[in-house]
Amino acid sequence: MALFLLLDRLSVLVVVIIFAILFVSPSFSSTDIRILKAERRIDLTSSIVRAFHTLQVENIGDSHASEILLAFPPDQAKHMADLQASTSQGKKKKKNYIHLDVNPIDSSQTPNGAKLFSVSLNHNPLKTGETKTLELLVILTHVLEPFPAEISQSESQLVHYRDSAILLSPYPVKEQMTYIKTPSKKVESYSMVNPTNRVGEELRYGSYADSAPYSYTPIIVHFENNHPFAVIEELVRVIEISHWGNIQVKEQYRLLHGGARHKGVFSRLDYQSRQSSSGVSSFKTLLAKLPPRVHSVYYRDDIGNISSSHLRLDSKKSELQIEPRYPLLGGWKTSFVIGYSLPLESSLFEMSDGRHCLKFNFGSPFLETVVDKLTIKVVLPEGSKEPTASVSFPVEQHHETSFSYLDIVGRPTVVLKKENVVPENNTPFQVYYSFSPFFMFVEPLMLVSVFLLFFITVIAYLHTDLSIRKAA
Amino acid sequence: MAIPESPNPMKSSLRNASGGVLCYFILLLIGVLAFSIRIFSVIKYESVIHEFDPYFNYRVTQFLVKNGIYDFWNWFDDRTWYPLGRVIGGTVYPGLTLTAGSLWWFLNSLNIPLSVETVCVFTAPIFSANAAWATYLLTKEVKGTGAGLTAAVFLSMVPSYISRSVAGSYDNEAVAIFALIFTFYLYIKTLNTGSLFYATLNALSYFYMVCSWGGYTFIINLIPMHALLCIVTGRYSSRLYIAYAPLIVLGTLLAALVPVVGFNAMMTSEHFASFLVFIIIHVVAFVYYVKGMLSLRMFKVAVTVLVTIGMVVCVAAVAVLIAVVAASPTKGWSGRSLSLLDPTYASKYIPIIASVSEHQPPTWPSYFMDINVLAFLVPAGIVACFLPISDASSFAVLYIVTSVYFSGVMVRLMLVLAPAACILSGIALSECFDVLTRSIKFNLYNLFENPSPIVGDSSSDDSAVSEKVKYDRHSGSDTHEEVLKSRTSKKYKKKEKDVVEKIVRKPKNEKRLLVLPLEASIFTTVLIIILGSFYVIHCVWAAAEAYSAPSIVLTSHSHDGLHVFDDFREAYSWLSHNTEVNDKVASWWDYGYQTTAMANRTVIVDNNTWNNTHIATVGTAMSSPEKPAWEIFQSLDVKYVLVVFGGLVGYSSDDINKFLWMVRIGGGVFPHIKEPDYLRDGQYRIDSHATPTMLNSLMYKLSYYRFVETDGGKGFDKVRRTEIGKKNFKLTHFKEVFTTHHWMVRIYMLKPPKNRIRGKLKKSKFSLKKRSTSIKDSQISRPNPWH
Repeated sequence: MALFLLLDRLSVLVVVIIFAILFVSPSFSSTDIRILKAERRIDLTSSIVRAFHTLQVENIGDSHASEILLAFPPDQAKHMADLQASTSQGKKKKKNYIHLDVNPIDSSQTPNGAKLFSVSLNHNPLKTGETKTLELLVILTHVLEPFPAEISQSESQLVHYRDSAILLSPYPVKEQMTYIKTPSKKVESYSMVNPTNRVGEELRYGSYADSAPYSYTPIIVHFENNHPFAVIEELVRVIEISHWGNIQVKEQYRLLHGGARHKGVFSRLDYQSRQSSSGVSSFKTLLAKLPPRVHSVYYRDDIGNISSSHLRLDSKKSELQIEPRYPLLGGWKTSFVIGYSLPLESSLFEMSDGRHCLKFNFGSPFLETVVDKLTIKVVLPEGSKEPTASVSFPVEQHHETSFSYLDIVGRPTVVLKKENVVPENNTPFQVYYSFSPFFMFVEPLMLVSVFLLFFITVIAYLHTDLSIRKAA
Repeated sequence: MAIPESPNPMKSSLRNASGGVLCYFILLLIGVLAFSIRIFSVIKYESVIHEFDPYFNYRVTQFLVKNGIYDFWNWFDDRTWYPLGRVIGGTVYPGLTLTAGSLWWFLNSLNIPLSVETVCVFTAPIFSANAAWATYLLTKEVKGTGAGLTAAVFLSMVPSYISRSVAGSYDNEAVAIFALIFTFYLYIKTLNTGSLFYATLNALSYFYMVCSWGGYTFIINLIPMHALLCIVTGRYSSRLYIAYAPLIVLGTLLAALVPVVGFNAMMTSEHFASFLVFIIIHVVAFVYYVKGMLSLRMFKVAVTVLVTIGMVVCVAAVAVLIAVVAASPTKGWSGRSLSLLDPTYASKYIPIIASVSEHQPPTWPSYFMDINVLAFLVPAGIVACFLPISDASSFAVLYIVTSVYFSGVMVRLMLVLAPAACILSGIALSECFDVLTRSIKFNLYNLFENPSPIVGDSSSDDSAVSEKVKYDRHSGSDTHEEVLKSRTSKKYKKKEKDVVEKIVRKPKNEKRLLVLPLEASIFTTVLIIILGSFYVIHCVWAAAEAYSAPSIVLTSHSHDGLHVFDDFREAYSWLSHNTEVNDKVASWWDYGYQTTAMANRTVIVDNNTWNNTHIATVGTAMSSPEKPAWEIFQSLDVKYVLVVFGGLVGYSSDDINKFLWMVRIGGGVFPHIKEPDYLRDGQYRIDSHATPTMLNSLMYKLSYYRFVETDGGKGFDKVRRTEIGKKNFKLTHFKEVFTTHHWMVRIYMLKPPKNRIRGKLKKSKFSLKKRSTSIKDSQISRPNPWH
């Protein structure tokens, strides 16, 4: 055992040295900033990986630093759903957090294709000799890789998590520590990078001192995670506003169990009678938090109503618990539609300049699910003008026209698209538009006039006599 | 129900106007009633397509809406009857699909975004409202407005028709019954007016009927029968000629345009009666023509000449006819038609037709269930039709007589009986009310005014005349061309009316003598109203309870509330999301349409039972032991086998209960499957007395695989109410991949071939051992309960 440890340590050392040699040369890293202390807490308890980084940064250069660079391995950058940075200000009692802007920057120069992000400190640049504490929240999806990739009904789900024991950073790090939290004590194996130890559900890597910029020490943690890996492959939310007093929401889901694929037999008998040992990684229900005051909720799919759902309404929130038609085992898919209505005044506000503002939650209402591809369509009433949308994070948007009941010119529709959406994105977004109440009456008037015309035609027809020969 | 008749002749025009408005209003209400009584299924369950065939129609409609009409005609469906496929465009009656498709297209062009499913669900209720109005028109032609309204009310809620036209029951019959009644109406209308305009409409309506349902042969046989009846009873007129001849010529031409009918409209025996009568009516017309031209003596000479020539022609014609029959592709009659003529035909020769429950002859309770009190009113209606008999009322009588016979052969044709029963009951009830209210009125008049009987007479005559006038006005206000026609025909009608009234007045006078006593008539009126309300209660009950279940989702009431069994959709949904798009699913043919429509997977056989051999192959596989079954399925490229099993929750129409039909149909083609092998002393059983063939059949194994573990080793089947015969066994060639929540649908996958030999060798030893141990076990465990 000791020999193994020694070997392990030796190999890690070699890797570190190689990395250090490789990475010293590039000139990109601005060496006038260093990280005094880095602490990472990586939460692996659900299917979404959340990493909290606390970095103590010091400016040792001559000039002010207005931005701080963060580096991530390309694999993590690809699966990154959200990256939030903040810094604390003030003393302990009056501590308040300032949200900082994070933007990806061109990272073609970096070694091994590490992706760089810059945290801008525009309002409060880091002066020479100063230190500052940065707090980062990194959310990664689809990084827990099931291993084995296929399991049978009686097995529980094991996953691999890959990361580096040392924080990947363009700056030198003086001291660092990494904590990894696993959902249970069942950890099959983990890489040793001394000092490494494991206490209960927590793995500790570090502390390591004085690591060079861009140093990387790969680690693998193999552990049990039976948390439902619910992945919504595609979600289309259509929010339709009617100024007669109703907002109608229709959400179309394509749901997948993104964990280890199920193989072989599915026995209903085992699934029902031995619930603790059979299909532990599968899930039967999902919980959605809908806005308060919803009504007319429906839950169905292409072939009709799905009768297994529960709705709990109270004044602050509404909870919808749905059961797909069948329990989802690894790799199984399903699709369904949820729809509900809201009173207009709960989400629509009138601005001081007479414009209307719709305030609605981005993201899916389901807890702890990843949405791979989200499309939100806000259908404004016919006749509304100048729609603009504002979302707190970058999304792809465009406008289109949709047609519904008796429309002639069509309804302006704002389409918002985002990939890789996590519950943290579930923040409100706004759509502004101007609308004249006159347009509300266009369709009723149209119906009235059509019927009027019809009756007049009938009356006229009954009173005309076009016969050539008069009856005797 | 009848139009109120006020005794004051002074206000007749106002009364007619208000009567007309009232009549339209009642019709509107009847339409609303017909529609709303059918949406119990949507309210109690959900807006969903029902049962089996509607799913196919729904799928076809989806295809039509998505790909357009030309692709629809050319559609070759490779999702069914694998590996044969099916030409859908040429083998479906497209009427229903095209109707719903154009309805959807119309709504969507108005930007009313209803889904295809919604349109399909509500097509049937909409068309039953149309059917009620068509019944009104038809009965009005036969016996007047009052009878028409009564018949329309009856039809709007007759359970037999409700059973086929509740919301979601998207089947051919839903529109076909409307087409049937409307075609009959136009025929009678043409017969009454002699207008070519209606004759043309009649042919078009017949075309729609041919598009909609195979039951069009009923029309093309009934109308010739009626024409022949008219000729034989000396009622030939030019109106009959105009009603009949254009229908046959145009109708046959149009029918041949429908791909599924094609040249069958000329060549099958179902249509020969119409051609024969077509010839006869021309001969008769010629005779009448000649008779009008020649003097009496010349005519007699001509007749003798003509008869001799006619005999020769007839012999030749009959010879040709026989030759044609012998040469026609179906040897004359199709299987279903033959089973109509000879009720025992199907059970003797075609088990596949006999296996369908709706092709069985009905039982007496089903008459009461489906037409209820109408069954008692019909005889009265027939009597009323003979007082006096006219062309139209003789048609009604003929219609009821033939449809009673057909309904006696097949339960399904109860549907054809229902409109006839409604029409005749409407006539009966309306006549009853007529007599009763008249006698009440007459008696009250006598009571208060102390009048002479002449006044009563004139009032009743007045009302009859005013009704006639009103009727003319209605037909005149329909369209403008009609105004001209009805005016020109008015002259005829006046002449005719004189004749008719002379005939009518006599019975009227007799009727006046038959005025009933006041108490008796009030009492009878009350009784009839009670009878009517029984009918209404029964219909509402039937619509709400008996016929609105969609059958793909089942519910049961238990002490802890409503329990929903949604297993079918669970299984289909699983198939559609978790199997490959081109996987083939084998199941008994009942579930073919649903699998293709809901799961979008290729099936081997489906409910369009056109290929008996193919169905027999699947039946054989299901009745064979595992290995041969596996080989059959493997040869058909099947990946999944789906069985429906009700033993856990007590769902009685499962595959084990249908199993004997699989054996029969399979054995009909593959003689090594013998029905007696599956029966113990002529009894079908699955308990410990069952035959080994039965216990080793694939169907038994797939149904009961690991069933015994659900209730702790007993294996009690709730449908058969017995413990199953063979309890512990393993599957060698199949593996369970999905079972629904209540075990109602179980899906198995064929194991891949490479595991076969190893598995089999092991298995045979293993199962032998297993069997012996299980026997031992049972022997040991037997004394236990006595301890």
